[in-house]
Amino acid sequence: MSEKVFASSAFNDNLDSRQRKARIWQTILLACTLLGILVLTMMLVDIIVDGAGWLSPTLFNNNHSRFPEKTGMNSAIYGSIYNVLLTALFCFPLGVAAAIYLEEYAPKSKLTNFINININNLAGVPSIVYGMLGLTVFGRMFGLFAPESPLVNFFNLPVEAGNVGGLKFNLFGIPGLIIHLPFGRSLVAGAMTMSLLILPTVIISSREAIRAVPTSIREAAYGLGATRWQMIRTQVLPVSFPGILTGIILAMGRALGETAPLIIMGAFMYVPFLPRNIWDKFTTMPIQIYNWITLPQPEYNIHLAAAGIIVLLLVLLGMSALAIFLRNKLQVKW
Amino acid sequence: MLRNKKFALTGLIVLLVITVVSACAAPAAPTEVPAAPAEPATQPTEEPTAVVEEPAVLSGDVVVDGSSTVYPITVAVAEEFAAIQPDVRVSVGLSGTGGGFKKFCAGETDISDASRAIKSSEVDLCKAGGIEYSEFLIGLDGLTVMVNPENDWLTELTVDQLAALFGVSSTIKQWSDLDPSYPAEDILFFIPDPDSGTRDFMTEVVAKVKEGEEDLRTDEQTTFSSDDNVLLNGITNEKNALGFFGYAYYVHNTSKVKAVPIVNSDGVAVLPEDHTVSDGTYNPLSRPLYIYVNNKALVEKPQVASFVDYYFGNEGAQAVMSSVGYSLPPAGTYDKNIAALKTVLGQ
Repeated sequence: MSEKVFASSAFNDNLDSRQRKARIWQTILLACTLLGILVLTMMLVDIIVDGAGWLSPTLFNNNHSRFPEKTGMNSAIYGSIYNVLLTALFCFPLGVAAAIYLEEYAPKSKLTNFINININNLAGVPSIVYGMLGLTVFGRMFGLFAPESPLVNFFNLPVEAGNVGGLKFNLFGIPGLIIHLPFGRSLVAGAMTMSLLILPTVIISSREAIRAVPTSIREAAYGLGATRWQMIRTQVLPVSFPGILTGIILAMGRALGETAPLIIMGAFMYVPFLPRNIWDKFTTMPIQIYNWITLPQPEYNIHLAAAGIIVLLLVLLGMSALAIFLRNKLQVKW
Repeated sequence: MLRNKKFALTGLIVLLVITVVSACAAPAAPTEVPAAPAEPATQPTEEPTAVVEEPAVLSGDVVVDGSSTVYPITVAVAEEFAAIQPDVRVSVGLSGTGGGFKKFCAGETDISDASRAIKSSEVDLCKAGGIEYSEFLIGLDGLTVMVNPENDWLTELTVDQLAALFGVSSTIKQWSDLDPSYPAEDILFFIPDPDSGTRDFMTEVVAKVKEGEEDLRTDEQTTFSSDDNVLLNGITNEKNALGFFGYAYYVHNTSKVKAVPIVNSDGVAVLPEDHTVSDGTYNPLSRPLYIYVNNKALVEKPQVASFVDYYFGNEGAQAVMSSVGYSLPPAGTYDKNIAALKTVLGQ
């Protein structure tokens, strides 16, 4: 008897309708997933149809030309790669160090809270704002090193005028380590701007990775007499490194695709030469593609732009593949 | 196992550093090389080395920035120039005419591309920055008023009609408001957005006929874009579209849109074409394009003087102008430019 009550009142009630609802939701969720993939596929097909025929060695070996069949994006490809590598170089130590501090050291205080809120907010700031920041802070350095500026006059600094002017000196007297102040419209300024842009993302993803390390591991390290830094260095970092790396490479993917901040920062459009050093002028793939899209000839604004996007996607995919490979390779299993 | 991994990590980071450093810093030494010959070369400039048929082998940077309209011309000239002076590195930015002048007057660029003459506020800016410059007229851009190819009623427009159509106080909603014989259908306007020099020029033209019109229409029938291709697509797809932009975008897309002849000051309806823009019969919608060159850069950097000289030579802007969609200025302009250049160089 009790069995019957149980079955009819508690479980069989509305079973059909609940299951129908479940199926409906499943369909809706599937449709949402498919829609995203459908749009992506459409875009990819469109780009490949428009651009695949224009992929040629010329596109990789030449620089921009007013003849569509002779044009290429050599300097843009190199510019993008140098820019992203420099960005990683600046961003990696800063981002990981900040993440370690915030996860492992930071006391629960109002200041920590304030920093947390700001990092999360910064991740949502439009990228063009970083471009303006980059121009003022890195590109021009508030005009501090312009000829006749108060700072220059006061210390009698040997600044040069002109488009690659400013203060130049060898850091610690080492011949190769030349520093230009301000950074001007150089790769360094571009990479610094990009670092600012992706730093919040890098910090947040690194923190996630560090937080995922079980507390028991930390306690075991302490139990063996390790100091906090020893615990972080020997346990937390190796275990969380794959996650940190994935976050950084994804953020670098974003840096690779950004156009607006670099243009505002002062990156050039037409640069028919490779950068000679990190203080040289540069252009990047998205800038080149943007420029082609605005040109009047259909060969540029349809076909070559699409071909450029394919090249950009290939580089991006290469980076993601590297991220997956490294993550799998470095994964720690207990 | 763990050691292995640590090794891999360290290796990875070292590799990253080495890649960046070797990629960028290794050729650092040659950077100093072009700087060195620049100084002794200052003397020879007084002899006619820079402005002659056979310039010396030069090197160094020429930094150009400014208008997006002039950009294709300068880039095309730079491309040709690279064939005779492969070691001179011409880089061109795209900050717009106003943005270009800001950099130019701060001494950050050698040459500024401009799709209008320098404004008095910018003259003051250059004065404050201690920048002396030379202005060179390099070409003309025929602002083209366009309709959809299916539009068979609009055969010409007068300047008064342009002002009535595009002015901020325009009351014209339908074609029939312009002329009762036209269809009673809503016009869709496609107009460059407020940052554009093209729009500024049309505003001036409108203001000349209608006092106090300081802007173009901004009602819900009007679409703005800074991208001329967006305007082009709009006009291509809408039967009742009317819009305007630079001649270059029209001449490369003559199958998609139809240009409307404009009645000029002599009362003749003229289509924008290379020769009508050049000889001034397509008026008042032809606008001048300029480059502004820093005089100090001209005198001190032989590569800048050589580039500007090449710009006005036979293989320079004259050879590339029509392929990039702009028109040459009246005959003799380039000779005058070269004479002015020689004056600055003290020859």
